[in-house]
Amino acid sequence: MSNPPSPSPGRWFKTLRRTRLGEPCLKTYPLECTDLLKRARVAFQAGRTLAESFRLAQLEAVVQMLEEHECDFVDALRRDLHKPRFETVVSELILVKNEAMHAINNLKKWMHPQHVERNLSTSLDECLVVSEPLGVVFIVGNWCSPVQMCLVPLVGAIAAGNCAIICPSESTAHTAELLHRLIPFYLDNECFQVILASTNDLPEIVELKFDHVFFTGCKEEGSRIAVAAARTFTPVTLVLAGKNPCYVDQHCEIATTAQRIAWARFHNAGQSLVAPDYILCHADVKARLVQALKCCLMQFYGPDPRESRSYSRMVNLELFNRTRDILWRSGKVAVGGQVIEAEKYIAPTILTEVTESDPIMQKDIFGPVLPVLTVSSLDDAIAFINKQEKPLCVYAYSCNTKVISRLMRETSSGSFCSNDCVLQSLMVALPFGGVGASGMGSYHGRNSFDTFSHRKSCLIRSTRFECVTYLRYPPYEDRNLSLMTWASTLSQKSQGWCQIL
Amino acid sequence: MSREQLAVQRARKSFQTGKTKPLEFRIHQLRCLLRFITERRSDIAAAVKKDLGKSEYGTELFETLGVEGEINLAMEKVAEWAAPRPVEKNLLTISDEVYVQPEPLGVVLIIGAWNYPWAVTLQPLVGAIAAGNAAVIKPSEVSSHSAKVMEELLPQYLDKDLYPVVTGGVPETQELLRQRFDHIFYTGNSTVGKLVMEAAARHLTRVTLELGGKSPCYIDKNCDISVACRRITWGKFVNCGQTCIAPDYILCEPSIQSRVIEEITSNIKEFYTDSPKTFEDYGRIINQRHFKRVMSLMEGSTVAVGGDNDESQCYIAPTVLKDVTVESKVMKEEIFGPLLPIISVSGVDEAIQFINDREKPLVVYVFSSDNKLIKRVIAETSSGALLANDCLVHFTVSALPFGGVGNSGMGSYHGRHSFDQLSHLRSCLIKQLKMEGVNSMRYPPHTSKKLGWARFLLLRQVNVCKLRRMMLVATLVSLAAFVVQTRVCVSCFSSLAKIDKCTSTQATTRTHTHTHTHTRVSCHPADPQPRTAAHATQQ
Repeated sequence: MSNPPSPSPGRWFKTLRRTRLGEPCLKTYPLECTDLLKRARVAFQAGRTLAESFRLAQLEAVVQMLEEHECDFVDALRRDLHKPRFETVVSELILVKNEAMHAINNLKKWMHPQHVERNLSTSLDECLVVSEPLGVVFIVGNWCSPVQMCLVPLVGAIAAGNCAIICPSESTAHTAELLHRLIPFYLDNECFQVILASTNDLPEIVELKFDHVFFTGCKEEGSRIAVAAARTFTPVTLVLAGKNPCYVDQHCEIATTAQRIAWARFHNAGQSLVAPDYILCHADVKARLVQALKCCLMQFYGPDPRESRSYSRMVNLELFNRTRDILWRSGKVAVGGQVIEAEKYIAPTILTEVTESDPIMQKDIFGPVLPVLTVSSLDDAIAFINKQEKPLCVYAYSCNTKVISRLMRETSSGSFCSNDCVLQSLMVALPFGGVGASGMGSYHGRNSFDTFSHRKSCLIRSTRFECVTYLRYPPYEDRNLSLMTWASTLSQKSQGWCQIL
Repeated sequence: MSREQLAVQRARKSFQTGKTKPLEFRIHQLRCLLRFITERRSDIAAAVKKDLGKSEYGTELFETLGVEGEINLAMEKVAEWAAPRPVEKNLLTISDEVYVQPEPLGVVLIIGAWNYPWAVTLQPLVGAIAAGNAAVIKPSEVSSHSAKVMEELLPQYLDKDLYPVVTGGVPETQELLRQRFDHIFYTGNSTVGKLVMEAAARHLTRVTLELGGKSPCYIDKNCDISVACRRITWGKFVNCGQTCIAPDYILCEPSIQSRVIEEITSNIKEFYTDSPKTFEDYGRIINQRHFKRVMSLMEGSTVAVGGDNDESQCYIAPTVLKDVTVESKVMKEEIFGPLLPIISVSGVDEAIQFINDREKPLVVYVFSSDNKLIKRVIAETSSGALLANDCLVHFTVSALPFGGVGNSGMGSYHGRHSFDQLSHLRSCLIKQLKMEGVNSMRYPPHTSKKLGWARFLLLRQVNVCKLRRMMLVATLVSLAAFVVQTRVCVSCFSSLAKIDKCTSTQATTRTHTHTHTHTRVSCHPADPQPRTAAHATQQ
């Protein structure tokens, strides 16, 4: 197995110099991107990414990068988000590693042309679906989980044989810089580039014309990216944040429920696309639930979460201010509520007596604030969820399977998870993505591969058996038509009129 | 409130009642659609005749027969398609239910095209109904007679609120696009396609675009040229060349060009007689505007066959253009008319290069009896689909996804693919509130012990390739060890034999021992009992 080619000397010195002197990373301007895109396109057209061995080598290099630089990633994320080591390793690095390993192990199977079921009409022909790479794809990461959101799609792009330009979020500068520094050492320098662009430049970069755009982030940006992509006719995959409801039924084990919800909401200080956004609970259990959540927080982060090593900080002041404002202007604080601007710290907060018109119910929450709303019945909860835009995830906690299946059947969302949170978004086997306002397209595992591939259908016939084909040629005759209709009704199981052609 | 807005609103309200969710409802609607096609066959044929001059048989063959097949397939398979699809479990989800559940998207907008006004409008509708969506149907205003028939008759068969037909021109379409849909399915050209996509992006609506493009057709010299030309002639001049998947131009070597022209000429005669103008099975160009556009494409190219036209009837005879160059006008845009340019290339390499230099087409056609060459074209070009040794028929195979890539569109449909395209595949993880003990490792406060457990449990994926490689190395090593070992024992045996030779004095016994040793040594590598070998080495 060949090792990934080493970087060009010039680049190597540049990266070396920057790390030595601690210079800030240079911003990549759209003009530079044009150049990078051109290089990637040339490499793609030369067929460099087509070979299975190349893809495997690149995927292995991704794994190697994560293994060798675990400490660097932990350190960068600690500086960006004050993210605890545990969370970085588990929810970022291991996840990407799993994804890459899964792709390595299954690549051969995925790349193999798929024969579609044979029937009478195709018994003489060969019908197959070939997965071919799209070209150069653009991957825009997000600051919620800056490594995972860049590298999981990248794994899919590599596996499908594409070239990729990756743009980590500018909010998590240290992680972005780390990726920018490391990727040239491990991956092919022509095919895979990391750029550091500001959010405002993104639509302009998208308009340079890629073959696919993969975006994770908030709705407003997603919409701007989608419009820019439409202008150049680029297919997009959008994974957008939404207000994920979490229904707690009166028949359920409150202690366990509270623990699972608290974990999902407050890890990474609530900065997550898939965390439960608000709780809809039955009025009977509200008091117990809030009490249980309070206990969990005490258990998780101790009496003063500020001191806890397991608790993160907000990514930047802008987000800090936004979260603080909506926190102050809605409901009643049951737990937490403390904020310290200098540290960008917001304590894990639970709000009660929140109404639908409060600011916290109007905007997505990217912070450690959990509003608890009450409903009087399951019907109310379903009606409440359906009134909002389709969320990325719907969560339901209940011991009653009927409640779960009703909620699942009667609501719509990107994914559904009962009696736990977040886990469904981490599984390699499940497609993860939104629907309606929470995005389009999906990824993870095989689905990433399909997202970044075009499934070309191929039908290989032969020029023999022209005697059967003559029926379809003009001049059309009554006899031929009735023969064909007869044939198609005869075997409706196989596909209609193709039968005879 | 505009008519369009009202239709969408009513469809949405009707969808929200959830009446499309039961499979019986969907199957019933599909059955009604089928009844519509069979009962109104003559109305449909008459409308298409007025629009495109197609004969009744042609209409049935190309428009409705395919839709009927799709409906039958959908009715039979919809239960299977709509069922939850389990995915593989892992250690952590072994006690849970994990599956992907297809669910309807909501209100789908289907914008049809005029070239096959029924096929390309009703086929997506079949998918939309099967997937449990409401659908607003917008037939093309260019094929006005078909649109009118659809508007008048379809609501008599299908649910009026769920599947409204909205007709109209550009302003009506624009008004429709201002509404919010859950999916837009557009068939047509790329200019309008771009507008549709932009309008959709504003509402974050998913789109499927079925566009055209210049589909190349490569004829290898190593093939049955007469059959190839017959199939090409059929594929190109059907519906007067107004087919989005028709071969747009021919690529072939100069040595066979005259033969190709000759064959096509005779086939045109056979199919459409000497005067296609009066022959009922030959269609017309849809309108004056397209007639003028197609006529202007002919400028600057040599006409080998055909070329007659009549503006009053929008008639253009089946035409073959020879010695066309890359700069010719006819090579600048999709032809969408009965003109077939032939371009000479020096061989398959140049043909592949030629195809790759242009935007990705909807189909690449290859005619060759050499399977290797076909596989090469599959691997080295990119297109929506590839069809070898025939034209158009891949459209009818519902097992194959039909759709474009790059400039020829995005998304695919037909059969199961329509269903998937118009459904949301929602991933579901159904856990219980039990086994909280396992979860304790993920909760803060985090300790290094917890991290160790998490690493152990989560990093389940093992690099099988690496393992395989290691296994291979291990096998090689053991094989080498085995070979070395046998060598050693062979030498042992031979030395034993030598001792034997020295000690024995009788000539008869000597020869006997010699042959005995010889057979033993020669058969040794295949000896299944390593114990003897080990024994020998011990000695």
